[in-house]
Amino acid sequence: MNSAEIAAKTGGRLEVGTGEEKAAAVYVGDLLSDVMGHAGEECVLVTIQNHLNTIAVCTLVGCEVIVLCHSRPVPPDMAASARDEGIAIVTTPLSQFEAAMALSGLGASKK
Amino acid sequence: MAEYSPVILKGQQTSDDEILAKTPLDEKALGGDSSVIIMELLQRFKVRDVMKRQIICVPRKATLREAQHILKENRISGLPVSENDRLYGIISVNDIINGLDGGWMDEPCEAHMSKNLVVLEAGMPLSFALRYFNNYTYGRFPVLDANRKLVGIISQRDVMRALLYELSVEIRKLERKTRPEAEGGGASETKKNFFRKEWAVVHNDLSRAGHAANSIKSLLRERKIDRSLIRRVAVAAYELEINICIHSHGGVLVLLIDDDAIRITAKDRGPGIADIEWACRDGTSTANDWIRSMGFGAGMGLSNSKRVADTFNIASEVGKYTIVECIFDIPKAAEPPQG
Repeated sequence: MNSAEIAAKTGGRLEVGTGEEKAAAVYVGDLLSDVMGHAGEECVLVTIQNHLNTIAVCTLVGCEVIVLCHSRPVPPDMAASARDEGIAIVTTPLSQFEAAMALSGLGASKK
Repeated sequence: MAEYSPVILKGQQTSDDEILAKTPLDEKALGGDSSVIIMELLQRFKVRDVMKRQIICVPRKATLREAQHILKENRISGLPVSENDRLYGIISVNDIINGLDGGWMDEPCEAHMSKNLVVLEAGMPLSFALRYFNNYTYGRFPVLDANRKLVGIISQRDVMRALLYELSVEIRKLERKTRPEAEGGGASETKKNFFRKEWAVVHNDLSRAGHAANSIKSLLRERKIDRSLIRRVAVAAYELEINICIHSHGGVLVLLIDDDAIRITAKDRGPGIADIEWACRDGTSTANDWIRSMGFGAGMGLSNSKRVADTFNIASEVGKYTIVECIFDIPKAAEPPQG
């Protein structure tokens, strides 16, 4: 699934990205250490952590799409870093659970 | 005249003036892009480590003429006016010139000394002193301790001398590390592709956290290291970088690569870990709420690093340092197929 489809599925907006960034599974987490320890590559990260360090973690684990829940805004430094790293950011009004439900077709991210 | 002979404060040890010990590194004063080693030195060294403790000064009633003689005899360009360790002012060569010009050389120093003094505190990092030298035109600054007692004087020359000395020590260390064949008479096998790089990690600067880990990831990619190995190394590097950032007073992250292994070493300057076993357990943390709100401090840093590494070592001394080392074995290239 690409980031444009993820935005559509979660009723959200693609804030950063081309719409082409790919995800093959879902990982939900707000603890970045947990995300780093358990999220697999090519997953979409569903989270409320709207800051720069989320991009750093996604870069490290190889995650190309972030879904920010509860319509959390994307700070400019986070957006700039995401652009540099080729990571898409989708903002959605849904909660983490609802967003995960909307993306359930993708399945769980496994390392 | 004898009454106003120079007062020499014999080298006294500065008291417990651990002030501003955590002042963040002022990168602007260092040009932003300074070498990691210099930044480290400027942060690690405090003004008290570099300042002169033997101070030549004059009492308030000394005349400008007496001050002039003391300046001349000691070949110095500034003289603190001080009594009982209390600093009242400074007489500079400029004040003497004005005195000669205006004809008040026999008047007391207290009438003509500079009273608007810029002073440094003994516990300030050297980076602070450097910024002062940049911002003001003064050639030297008096140094006070936490009780506002005059304990030393620092000039640009003192800073330069200390930096040059420490740099030469650091360079010797680096040379020893990067040229192991230079030691031990060549008995040990010389490793090829030896590579070392280090990054300074500043306390509480979460905006830069991940910078070192990402650089390490790029360096490993350039070296065509296996992707899953890169990920393991990057996870440990990031966790350790975050740890230095949120738990320590600052430190360095070091990457060492040779033919056999990739090593990530995180060294910090304290506060140290009292119970290492507890700290390495999943879910234990001493992080504050702010750190937790950023998604860190879940107590998974050390356990995550331990899990991804082939060998994990940790050592710590409370009040001094923590060193964590993660070693990742590089798998040997597959044997060429037989036949």
